[in-house]
Amino acid sequence: MSRLEAVVLNDRDNVATAVANLEKGAKVELKIGERTFTTELKSSISLGHKFSLRHINKGSPIIKYGEIMGTATKTIEPGEHIHIHNVVSARGRGDLSKEGI
Amino acid sequence: MGIIPTVACACDVAHWISNQTHGSVAFLHQQGCCQTKPDLDLVTHTLISLGRNPNLASVLLVSLGCESISLDEVADGIAQSRKPVEKIVIQKLGGASPALAEGSRLARQLVGEASKINRIEVPDSELRFGIKCGASDTTSGLASNPAIGAAADLLIEKGGSCIFGETTEFIGAEHILAQRAASPEVGRRILEIVDRMEKRAIAMGTDMRGGQPTKGNIAGGLTTIEEKSLGAIAKGGTKPIQAVYEYGDIPWGKGLFIIDSPGREPEALTALAAAGAQIILFSTGRGAPQGFPFVPVIKITANPITYQHLPDHMDLYIDITGGASHTSKKAGQTIYEEALKVASGKKTMAEITGYSTATDIYTIGPVI
Repeated sequence: MSRLEAVVLNDRDNVATAVANLEKGAKVELKIGERTFTTELKSSISLGHKFSLRHINKGSPIIKYGEIMGTATKTIEPGEHIHIHNVVSARGRGDLSKEGI
Repeated sequence: MGIIPTVACACDVAHWISNQTHGSVAFLHQQGCCQTKPDLDLVTHTLISLGRNPNLASVLLVSLGCESISLDEVADGIAQSRKPVEKIVIQKLGGASPALAEGSRLARQLVGEASKINRIEVPDSELRFGIKCGASDTTSGLASNPAIGAAADLLIEKGGSCIFGETTEFIGAEHILAQRAASPEVGRRILEIVDRMEKRAIAMGTDMRGGQPTKGNIAGGLTTIEEKSLGAIAKGGTKPIQAVYEYGDIPWGKGLFIIDSPGREPEALTALAAAGAQIILFSTGRGAPQGFPFVPVIKITANPITYQHLPDHMDLYIDITGGASHTSKKAGQTIYEEALKVASGKKTMAEITGYSTATDIYTIGPVI
């Protein structure tokens, strides 16, 4: 049984997080619920860093832990590195912390 | 059997008595005098709640004699839980030596009585987990926190209760946490305590939100403050948050509760003990060593180097994939079973190592 190289923390997530240093081109096996599928990495991904599980349009939410952790600032393809270069936090929007409950 | 000083000046005697009396433990702190009234009230409230913790069969209070805290108020508050409470006053007895002699005499009696108590079997629903994370690294948010969250979910499903705090770590994801509140009022309270904590830091010139995630966090892979806080919050599991309590409160009922507390171990662990936790589940990445005098702290890490390198302080190792959606339930089950063993008598490394003097009570105002 191969050791998992990346984890998906919630079945709703659209990102996986590397738990080892992964190379560009690696075909990473992932488990989501009962399903296993493979994503090919578009670049190297360091331990602790994220890559996309699917196509994410610019302006769409990045979901980790089943929640919105940020918004895509560019369109992102599966296997792409997800980090500060293509994600923005919602924290600058003070209105979000005061509404919505 | 717990020995609790009402003021910092009584700590030495409390500590010495506990050294002389096997079966007793001392809770030490630096508060109790020369503080503003809101802080004195907070300290009093917390001392009473600590004394009421179910792990303590009885309490010996040690007072200096001239402190601002009222010894009688604390004693009466603890006595309402119907456990025996004794008191000594150092200045009345004539100083440290007579206080040590009299305190030890009382402690020996109390320990003797407590030792007659038999273990009985109780349902899991009687358990209250306190939950903490400290010295976090990448493995915390990825594995040990979600795994502990799964254990928390399990206890709540069995009718028990879980408490987590560290309000500071909600910053950036408080709106997400608020959505999990059992009612809009609870959601409002979550936002309120985060706002309050943040304002205190701002008043001291510190922007807790703007500097997050840190450069180190970013290098390690954290992209947004939401992500960082979600990684911290994961330790509380996924159940609805029933209520938000103030520091020093004892939550009433079952389910998941939040206690307003800072992230720092001395104050945060005290909040969990005061809230009635019989066991604390502590997620650590780099290896936090602290236990707590009368609540066993189970140290859980997903960092294999930490687990191997710090055997004095670590209890459980969780594989780095332990937080993944398909394995977290199993990892949570492992943690849960360990908690049941500890509840049934197994000692944690923090207890065996005796690492429990870095404790304190949270205060908000100035020392005066």
